[in-house]
Amino acid sequence: MVELRQQLLVLHLHTPDLNSHVVAWAMYDGTGKKRYTTGDSDAPPYNSVVEAMQDGWRVIQFPQQFPAFPGMEYHTSYLRFEYILEKMEEI
Amino acid sequence: MVDKQHLLTTEQMASFVADGYLRFDDFIPDEYNKAAHEEMASGVSTRGGGGTVLNDVWGENSAVGNVFRLPKVQGIIQSLVGENPLYDHHAVHIVRPNSETGQIWHADAIIDLRMHFDIQFFYFSHDTPREMGGTMILPGSHFRRVCETDIARYQNFLSQHAVVCNAGTLLVVHHGMWHCAQPNLTDQTRYMFKLRLNPTVRQLKLWNTDDLNTAGIRGILSRNHRWYGNDVRLEIVNRIKLWRFLIGDESYDVGYWLSRLENMPENVPNVAA
Repeated sequence: MVELRQQLLVLHLHTPDLNSHVVAWAMYDGTGKKRYTTGDSDAPPYNSVVEAMQDGWRVIQFPQQFPAFPGMEYHTSYLRFEYILEKMEEI
Repeated sequence: MVDKQHLLTTEQMASFVADGYLRFDDFIPDEYNKAAHEEMASGVSTRGGGGTVLNDVWGENSAVGNVFRLPKVQGIIQSLVGENPLYDHHAVHIVRPNSETGQIWHADAIIDLRMHFDIQFFYFSHDTPREMGGTMILPGSHFRRVCETDIARYQNFLSQHAVVCNAGTLLVVHHGMWHCAQPNLTDQTRYMFKLRLNPTVRQLKLWNTDDLNTAGIRGILSRNHRWYGNDVRLEIVNRIKLWRFLIGDESYDVGYWLSRLENMPENVPNVAA
């Protein structure tokens, strides 16, 4: 029986458009083969979510969008357009 | 009061506001670096804890104290937090040899939401090539309101900046700067000395303001950092607000940004016949 493990790819985009370019990225490997870490690459693995989809990644989370609370319109905090993608890999 | 020649310029201050840091390469003389390195390895002691006046923290024989007493370092301190700041804390950050995992992204304590800001020095007393780290920072992240390691899920950003440097390099950062120690793949221990200082005076034109009206300021305050994405305009507004605070001019703008909001047509009666 084939055993599968999840690979996660987190892409933060310039805008909510899935074609817009990646501004930040992270990977988490459920197979245990690789440990990704901070600062381990200077360029994203894909230029957009759509490009990652074309390589077999499945989008499993869309960022929700909410209007700013009054008084918070100009506060910046976390990266807002975060997409989480997965691939299942045999071990 | 330190000699004016050691104070920051207006362009440097604007860069600090836009980027959240200033970097001074090969800044500390070798003899100071060697002594500070030895002191870090054996332990840096202080006289008093958080809230102590900085000048009282280290005795005359302290190698680290000597670094921060250098006039050109005092010039940076005075420009950002005034002549007599308070010592908040220090830490000798050590990354052991053959450490393959980077520290998680984090900001240090951001519990003070006032416009006043603390500064943190990152001092590298020995050469730090990329395979040794060093500290990675995210330029322009200082206005982001996050709580310490809430940002630990992130790994890489466009424009992230690994401090790869020669001995004697000094960074000064806004206390909100996102940062993380990088892996040390060498067989040498890596040191970085961090020092946080609190202002005790209104942070108003503390630097050398001879070039206050130089034309380049607007361009500096309008810089983009590629990881901002759609938020760049919000960050420019954040910078305008801090710049107004620093120069004491509530009408300053880099274009038609806050000025647009300060146009109050609802306060003008309709005079049309």
